[in-house]
Amino acid sequence: MGEAMLPLEARALTVRFNGHTAIEDVSFSLDGAMPAVILGANGAGKSVLLRVLHGLIAPTSGSVTWSGANERPRAQAMVFQRPVLLRRPALANIEYALAVNGIGGAERTARAREALERVGLSHLAHRQARVLSGGEQQRLALARASALRPRVLFLDEPTSSLDPTASADVERIVGEIRAGGTAIVMTTHNLGLAKRVAGEILFLHAGRLVERAPAQSFFNHPRSPEAAAFLEGELPWSVSSPA
Amino acid sequence: MNDIGASLALALRLITGGDPSLWHVVLLSLEVSLAAAALACLLGLPLGALVAVERFPGRRAAIVTLNALLALPSVVVGLVVYLLLSRAGPLGSLGILFTPTAIVIAQAILVMPIVAALARQFVEDGWRDYEEQLRSFGVTPLRAIPTLLWDLRYALFTVVLAGFGRAASEVGAVMIVGGNIDGVTRVMTTAIALETSKGDLPLALGLGIVLLAIVLALNAVAYAIREWSAKHHG
Repeated sequence: MGEAMLPLEARALTVRFNGHTAIEDVSFSLDGAMPAVILGANGAGKSVLLRVLHGLIAPTSGSVTWSGANERPRAQAMVFQRPVLLRRPALANIEYALAVNGIGGAERTARAREALERVGLSHLAHRQARVLSGGEQQRLALARASALRPRVLFLDEPTSSLDPTASADVERIVGEIRAGGTAIVMTTHNLGLAKRVAGEILFLHAGRLVERAPAQSFFNHPRSPEAAAFLEGELPWSVSSPA
Repeated sequence: MNDIGASLALALRLITGGDPSLWHVVLLSLEVSLAAAALACLLGLPLGALVAVERFPGRRAAIVTLNALLALPSVVVGLVVYLLLSRAGPLGSLGILFTPTAIVIAQAILVMPIVAALARQFVEDGWRDYEEQLRSFGVTPLRAIPTLLWDLRYALFTVVLAGFGRAASEVGAVMIVGGNIDGVTRVMTTAIALETSKGDLPLALGLGIVLLAIVLALNAVAYAIREWSAKHHG
């Protein structure tokens, strides 16, 4: 799998639910060289776009290809805004993800322990996952995703329900995962997080990809009026998608 | 009032004195009800989970049917099982009519829709929470069923107990297929009905008290398990 997965190409993606258009005619290509942050206000279509890329939602029209192929590769993982953890200990949560991906025996346990250690949760390996704090749960979700050794990791607003300390931990771990060779694609409406993490920005507004630019250029000189308004805090907190 | 008081006192003496006829009926009731609940859960839990997570043509009809079967008339079930197991019936050669096995079959048929319908509801709610995460791992709905049943086990324990309670409280179908034979197929409910009709209120009351105590104890256990799981498993 490895390098052959990328580039990830989205071509003319449109998603409609019950007559409501969530994203419309979105096209871009990601080579994974820089962390890509999909930025936009609430309701802009960021999470829907991420789910389409990950293969959780089938687009109404358009396509997603991985290195030219339509097949969804396994070497990708996603961490959700609110992690869904199974009612079992932290270590077993990671082992489950590995087991369903065909990794068994001693390797499964070793990889699960290694992933827990990487996020600083080794001491909670046998604690029930759902009684961990919000920050610990998100770190566990990151450990679980990274244990799968994905080539691409999708992160959907990974710090939006966390306090600043837990958010900083998550950012640090995401940085380490990226340093290990995993391409990062993240959604957020948090400008501070986007500035710290992003290599490039894909700015969505009302379901459309309005602007794509290197992060520094985007934040210093936004080209589109919508992006400029968003950076100035002048866009409403939540925007409506096109009908 | 005095009759009731005297009967109640005698009933308590039967219970505390370890009356063999009373405890034989109690044990047999527990055996057949547990077996029926186990059989119903073995089939009903996966069936309910399957209807909850899979999308297939006729799914809505299946849900409506499952819910309708909650109101399955027990005497009709008893009659059908009787016809199947009677000597002239298709399963007559098994020779199990008027045996505890026949009672287990009838009870299981009555309980299975309850288990399946309740399990479907619990698993469907759980699937709503888990679906994206499990699909993200590449887990198919079918493969998710054992995961969901295990992860929701504490909630589903209530379903199992509801099934057991339904089996233990059944009279009509049990009377028809079991025959209420003393020492063979007489269970608490049929014994209560018989002893009441005979006017032997102490034994009927004694059995009634035991039945109530069992139901109360089971509910207390279910409550304790849910409390414990919420605290320790989140």
